[in-house]
Amino acid sequence: MPPSDIASESAAAASVVGLFDLFKLFFMAGALSFGGGVVAYEREYLVRDSKWLSDEDFLATLEISETLPGLNSINIAVIVGDNLRGIPGAIASVLGLMIPGVVIVMVLGVLWASNHHNPRINAFLLGIAASAVGMLTVVTLQLGRRQFTNLLDLAIVIVTFAATSIFKVPLAFVLFVLGPIAIFLYRPSASLPRSMTEELHMPFHRGEHHGKLRH
Amino acid sequence: MKTQLIKLGLVFAMLGIFAVGGGTAVLPEMQHATVHWFSLTDRQFRDIYSLGQVAPGPNMSMVLVIGYRLLGAIGALVVGFAFFLPDCALTLAANRLWTRFEGSPWRLSVQRGMAPVAIGLMCAGTYAIARLTLASPITGVLNPLSIGIAVIITAILLWRHVNPGLLVLLSGTAYLLLTHW
Repeated sequence: MPPSDIASESAAAASVVGLFDLFKLFFMAGALSFGGGVVAYEREYLVRDSKWLSDEDFLATLEISETLPGLNSINIAVIVGDNLRGIPGAIASVLGLMIPGVVIVMVLGVLWASNHHNPRINAFLLGIAASAVGMLTVVTLQLGRRQFTNLLDLAIVIVTFAATSIFKVPLAFVLFVLGPIAIFLYRPSASLPRSMTEELHMPFHRGEHHGKLRH
Repeated sequence: MKTQLIKLGLVFAMLGIFAVGGGTAVLPEMQHATVHWFSLTDRQFRDIYSLGQVAPGPNMSMVLVIGYRLLGAIGALVVGFAFFLPDCALTLAANRLWTRFEGSPWRLSVQRGMAPVAIGLMCAGTYAIARLTLASPITGVLNPLSIGIAVIITAILLWRHVNPGLLVLLSGTAYLLLTHW
């Protein structure tokens, strides 16, 4: 099939995506992604199973999601739902994504609240917290590969970390003072060679680690 | 109660909107706010974070349990809407405006500049959970077993990709068995 036919076919498919289909797809992603990695499930279902999005569409959506504040998996649900079916689509997608996890975490939360003096439950949860430290370390290292190896980036990483963790500076200050300074350092007229600006894009776009993206 | 609810809602609405680079970025501020301005303890914060690791889907859905623990079912509802709704609305609006900035050179500057800030905040979030986990939040005594699990999980995931849900359950079970056998 010539590419143009494929494109028009996927456009036709997109125009008939039902609200319940959207809900169902994101519900599956939200229900099966134990331990995180929700974005990888979304990609699997949106690109490979349903074919509502091409891989390029998905990566473009992920790029917007990462630039905006909030959880990437939820931002993706909002954008895909909105692009396919407008505001009702965005609502159906977000509800589908959130409902399984919210129900399960609330059931666990109620059980925990009435048993949180049980030493066995405390031990189990402490083991989980220890594994989370390992997972967060690896995700941060992988997402930040470029930032940890570029001198200016590394300086911004260290200042942000020190301000937050050591000097306990409020998050608002970090975002509204350090953020604009960092953007100014990378302002359009800054003399980075063009090829370099393309090469040093946000770390998150590199395909091979999406499987490990959390949240 | 009512003023507490409003305060809780405002705090979590702010945290939701400030989550640049995902939920991990706001963990230090969330811990600080819930422990110092409300009656959560460091250990409860750590346990609730762990519950979020067990549940599927976005693991920041654990913020509902924080609301539940502090102010009951209504607290969970308020925190849930406050943390997720403004951010969803913001994303929706930005999605519709996005194409206008498509060609702007500043878009790349924002992405390039904010990426290291986001990574720095993720480091801070990781450090916050590590402090609560690898040493006792009360006495500050190091916990060799937690450190061991964290190091092993880091090594496994640097070596190859393993289903994180499996690692979560194995780590919890290992800690339980090694301390209560």
